[in-house]
Amino acid sequence: MIWIAGSVLVWLAAWRLNVGLSHSKLAQRGILVPVIFGLAVLILWQGVVRGAEVSRVILPAPSEIGAAIAGNLPLLWADFVQTVLKGAVSGFVIGCIAGFCAAIIMDRSAFLQAGFMPVAKFISAMPIVGIAPIMVMWFGFGWQSKAAVIVVMVFFPVLVNTVAGLAAADRMQRDLMATFSATYAQTLIKLRLPAAMPFVFNGLKIATTLALIGAIVAEFFGSPTVGMGFRITAEVGRLGLDMVWAEIAVAALAGSAFYGLVALVEARVTFWHPSQRT
Amino acid sequence: MKSFGPVAAVLLVIIGLWYAASVWLNSQWVYDSAARDGVQVGFADMVRATMDQPRPVLPAPHQVAAEFSRMVFETRVTSPRSLVFHAWVTLSGTLMGFVLGTLMGVILAVGIVYNRAMDMSVMPWAIASQMVPIVALAPMLSVVLSQLGAGPGVSKAFVASYLTFFPVVVGMVKGLRSPDPMQLDLLRTYSAGASAAFWKLRLPSSVKFLFTSAKVAIAAALVGTIVAELNQPTGLGARLLSGSYNGQTAMIWATLFVAAAMAGALVLMIEVAERITLRRMGQQA
Repeated sequence: MIWIAGSVLVWLAAWRLNVGLSHSKLAQRGILVPVIFGLAVLILWQGVVRGAEVSRVILPAPSEIGAAIAGNLPLLWADFVQTVLKGAVSGFVIGCIAGFCAAIIMDRSAFLQAGFMPVAKFISAMPIVGIAPIMVMWFGFGWQSKAAVIVVMVFFPVLVNTVAGLAAADRMQRDLMATFSATYAQTLIKLRLPAAMPFVFNGLKIATTLALIGAIVAEFFGSPTVGMGFRITAEVGRLGLDMVWAEIAVAALAGSAFYGLVALVEARVTFWHPSQRT
Repeated sequence: MKSFGPVAAVLLVIIGLWYAASVWLNSQWVYDSAARDGVQVGFADMVRATMDQPRPVLPAPHQVAAEFSRMVFETRVTSPRSLVFHAWVTLSGTLMGFVLGTLMGVILAVGIVYNRAMDMSVMPWAIASQMVPIVALAPMLSVVLSQLGAGPGVSKAFVASYLTFFPVVVGMVKGLRSPDPMQLDLLRTYSAGASAAFWKLRLPSSVKFLFTSAKVAIAAALVGTIVAELNQPTGLGARLLSGSYNGQTAMIWATLFVAAAMAGALVLMIEVAERITLRRMGQQA
């Protein structure tokens, strides 16, 4: 009982603090408030699990999850390498390059655009992860099949966004390039691709999340005995939920880092865009 | 309608490529079995033999179509072999989760817009959650919930609602904040209270945003439901997994087409609802 009451009190105090902070003029409150909130959630979680003696096969306490992370670092690292570095990143790179190139080809032909874009838009709303069993059959249990699923998953959002981006350059700007007697390639490289970059990065950001989802879900359909998706299914089967949460924490970190990396590159590449100015 | 011709052409090319690929991918099996029997097969025989294998690497389009019609039209819908039955299981889970997640998302968004502390505490996490593969939670959630005594339908709907929740929160917050300060000031000059501003200005202007995020959310909810079904006996996800264990490629493809059709129908349904709502509200659809 003391655990529950204590953690609820901490929660209320943290909330009171956040209310105060959010109305203050403190410069760091944008970071402080969500961090305090996150910590308060963890403390409340810990207190309720301890206090109500929730079984660890239902919800492990944060401390147990922390212990599982600390005690299994080599295992988690091996899973991370298998799923994220081998599967997700390679699939992401191949799929994005393919989508980007396809968009440039499609941009040259009005017929292809009219014919393919409705199909691509339709497909990008599909549950494409469903092709995972087929890819596992074709490419085996290794990371190659995961990469193949991801290639298909990220291809369409990147394609659709890049095509939209290539149409972003102004009529006037294009006319200006024409008065300079610029060739198609010059116009593409000097005007249209830079103008398309905010759109391209929008597609790439969607693709980062899809890549991780694809890598993890594809492992549910068959994998070697390493990988985040494999570990999740295996530990769920053994009711080792602390390990499952540990994997999920790693997946969350990996996802944020992946996204952050793309956002960082975006800030470098599209520094001129209004959304990047502070 | 002017894109009908090009779309049809592209679809025909895709089907053509599919046939070519299935000849290419299935030919190995034909050559292997011919070598085992000690006979030579010519090219034409090989092509014919790749078209109707029982467990092809890549089933030809007509095989998928046959499997589709067999499991959709020619099987009783109550039979567990019928795809309609499994599709209904998936659809009901998706819709239940979607409705639940949307409701909770809208409520949280209202809280965020009217409470500054809530906004600063929760909003960064809601945005961060969009970069995280939440689907990874699905197997755990469905096992934990079934331990707590929830049926497979409930645990699946929970996963779907979880995936629906975050896009709806983010979109709805944007929508509730979309009226510009001039309009809010105008209401103040009418001495309208906070609730009038909410019902007459903020909520109506958020509808467009709600529908936009609902389209993203329902696709995510469907994926979540399918993944959650991987460790359940029924549903499209269960069909995909059992097809992959038994090497029934034609069934996997047929299931995929059902899932695709369902995704298309769900998004279309929201688009139609959007158009009707916006028209009745007098906005441009």
